[in-house]
Amino acid sequence: MIWLNVVIQGVLIGGFYALFACGLSLMFGVLKVINLAHGDIAVVAGYVAVFLTPHLHIPEVWSFLVVVPIFGLVGYVVQRTLIQKSIDRDPFTTLLVTFGLSVVIENLLLEIYSANGQSVNIGDLIAKSWHPASIIYVSYVSLGVLAVAVAVLGLLQLFLSRTGTGRLIRAVADDREAAQLSGANYRHIFGIAAAIAFATVALAGIAYGMMTQFAPTSGGVNLLFAFEAVVIGGIGSLWGTLIGGIALGVAQQFGAHFNPEYQILAGNVLFLVVLAIRPQGLFGRRTALA
Amino acid sequence: MSIVTPGAKQHGAPSVRRSSTSPIYTLVGALVLVILLTMAPWIVPAQASSTLMNFFILVIMATMWNLLAGYAGMVSIGQQAFIGLGAYATLYFALKGVNPFVTIPLSTLTCAVIAVPVTFLLFRLRGGYFAIATWVVSDTALLIIGAIPFLGGGTGKLMPGLQSLSPAQTAHYSYLATWIVALVVVTGTYLLLRSRLGLVLASIRDNEVAARSAGVNVQSARRLIFVIAAAGCGAAGAVLAISQPFIQPLSVFNIQWAAEMLFVSMIGGLGTIEGPIIGSILYFVLQQTLQQYGAWYLIIFGSLAVVVALWQPRGLWGAFRERFHGELLPVGYWLREPK
Amino acid sequence: MSDTLLDVRGISVFHGQLCAVDDVSFSLRRGEILAMIGANGAGKSTLLRTIAGLHHPSSGAVLFDGEDIAKLSPNRRVRLGISLVPEGRRLFSSMTLEENLQVGAYRANKGPFTIQRIYELFDWMPGRRRQSVWQLSGGEQQAVAIGRALVANPKVLLLDELSLGLAPIVIERIYALVPEIVAQGVSILIVEQDVAQGVAVADRVHCLLEGRTSLAGAPGDLTSDQIDHAYFGADVSHAGPDESATQ
Repeated sequence: MIWLNVVIQGVLIGGFYALFACGLSLMFGVLKVINLAHGDIAVVAGYVAVFLTPHLHIPEVWSFLVVVPIFGLVGYVVQRTLIQKSIDRDPFTTLLVTFGLSVVIENLLLEIYSANGQSVNIGDLIAKSWHPASIIYVSYVSLGVLAVAVAVLGLLQLFLSRTGTGRLIRAVADDREAAQLSGANYRHIFGIAAAIAFATVALAGIAYGMMTQFAPTSGGVNLLFAFEAVVIGGIGSLWGTLIGGIALGVAQQFGAHFNPEYQILAGNVLFLVVLAIRPQGLFGRRTALA
Repeated sequence: MSIVTPGAKQHGAPSVRRSSTSPIYTLVGALVLVILLTMAPWIVPAQASSTLMNFFILVIMATMWNLLAGYAGMVSIGQQAFIGLGAYATLYFALKGVNPFVTIPLSTLTCAVIAVPVTFLLFRLRGGYFAIATWVVSDTALLIIGAIPFLGGGTGKLMPGLQSLSPAQTAHYSYLATWIVALVVVTGTYLLLRSRLGLVLASIRDNEVAARSAGVNVQSARRLIFVIAAAGCGAAGAVLAISQPFIQPLSVFNIQWAAEMLFVSMIGGLGTIEGPIIGSILYFVLQQTLQQYGAWYLIIFGSLAVVVALWQPRGLWGAFRERFHGELLPVGYWLREPK
Repeated sequence: MSDTLLDVRGISVFHGQLCAVDDVSFSLRRGEILAMIGANGAGKSTLLRTIAGLHHPSSGAVLFDGEDIAKLSPNRRVRLGISLVPEGRRLFSSMTLEENLQVGAYRANKGPFTIQRIYELFDWMPGRRRQSVWQLSGGEQQAVAIGRALVANPKVLLLDELSLGLAPIVIERIYALVPEIVAQGVSILIVEQDVAQGVAVADRVHCLLEGRTSLAGAPGDLTSDQIDHAYFGADVSHAGPDESATQ
């Protein structure tokens, strides 16, 4: 029963990791770029939800309705300007630029909002949970986040496989030049991919704020987890990312069960073991490998 | 490793030389600088020599990061792993009774040894995934070190073996240790880049596929550079541990080190020896000036680094060099047509 | 509307310091098939990729329908009516046959070629439309690549090394389609290493040697000695120092 609870809690948090990671994975697949500021964007979304949307008289619970589309737009613009400019130089520059942005964002948040923890106010929902057995508690918020994660991944999968724009995104990911020869404006497609990445990670940031507290430095930690979920599940596979997130979550819960200090360490160890014995991940293709 | 010497000059044929100015001036200038910096703790106030020490530590780290990224094309945001491991190796040896100053080479070696197996994991990934994986490695090292009670766990521990010295002696000795490590690292990097390995790195940088087909073992060249950079950062960590005698996992494994080395190398100029030094000077000027405004110096410096990466990717020194064709520490060659 | 569809005027293209195409001029008339022949490295593919917008000429101009298209991106050129079937086919490997055609049709111009029409042209396709393209043979992949370009309804179709790596019987079958495509009002510019194939299908032949035009004319007016000479260059030719054939 104890172990069942460990697995359940792992699955719940794993869904969040997948939601956080799907944009990272999409951007890498299409743009071949790792956005090292990916995690910080989520944190900014959290701060916007807590500090700015109340000015619009929107309850914090519903803030994502405003914040997510805005971040999609911001993603498109940032891609067409800053990130595209660095892609035009070389892939190396994109790492330097996005890491620079990450540090700048983190320190700006520290200066403006201090290092205090913040959370998205969802009223008394935070304390409610489903209690099916003696020691098993399933928090409604975590369950909701898992459901949202699965829904987002499913919609994204449908969008990529069934719509014209989705197919163009996959075409650009497969072969950018051939996609151009089929009439795709790859810069626009890059922008759309970045918009999706920013929107989904903004949603993940707000979800994080509902589940627990966040601070300016939360972005980096969550980027690490998202990255681990992507690599464990296999680079380039959306459902693989969900499985990877769940595997990571379960590993962390196992570690925490022995000693709270081992929670993150256990996840890192799982990541390193996967890297050592199955570097393409559980469901991945060998694209990001050296 | 042999030093590549310029080909014999023939009359009327184009000649190849390292530098446009006579190396004598550079040599004399360097000698004067070395003497002055060695005597600094006896000349300048204690506060200044302590600032200089932090400056040297940054120069060591930035030089190593520049070697990794600027010459071998590996972007690491996890070099703080080796800073922390170097610091903790020093603590470990000191706790075992070794004189802290003697531990510096031991810690350097320890980091090099740890780096070898790490490359076998990291080199399975490339580009951005490599970058984040280096961070995972550093995070893992932090968590493991933090779980060892003998090393003070998460709260940290005081560096033993320094208490027998007077504060002034400690300050002087640790200054000298830091300065010597910086000198060795910068000179060593300079000689390394003038060696065959430097040529190999240049060939990889210009065209990796062509280098491979010309018989260059790209992977082992990169591995060697990664290990050297780990050793250098380990040395920086060791002197850091001596200079600030209380060692805490969260401060020595801080990702801010990675941010500093990256910004400093980029702004100064990636792929040049002088760049990281110039970047470090600028960083310290900015930091000292904006000290009272919290993290703003880092925000300004980070934004500057982004601007430089996008619009002046060769950095300040690169821009200077393009304009004046001057080099203090030349590692390449210039081709001169006969008049 | 003038008779000339594509007018290439003295373009030079560099790859770094290497001059791949050196001051080449030619024009393509409406409804015409022009074969660009030449040895490996003669600059044929570079020329085709430049017309499609993937390379930029350092000098000279490319006029399409009388309009200078130098500044247009490849995707804009597709909208104008220039489609390239790239060397090596370059299909979208994670997709099915039909999805490859759908990508080609997404930003298509109006015209006779629809996915349905392609399925009629290649009657084996409908039964296999849900297969991944990597499951298809080389010849089948080439057919999909042509179909993907055709559904954009180009005015000019650029075909780069169709025969590369394919069996002779397969090449023949693919070339048999060329008249059908031209019948729909599409002009074709073919790059071909296989001289016989190029000469057989084309209205006119243009030969490149080391980035320069070495011969141009209608196949009926050219002797095989002239073509050999233009293809291999003077130093390996048996025809002697007959420079009159080169321009």
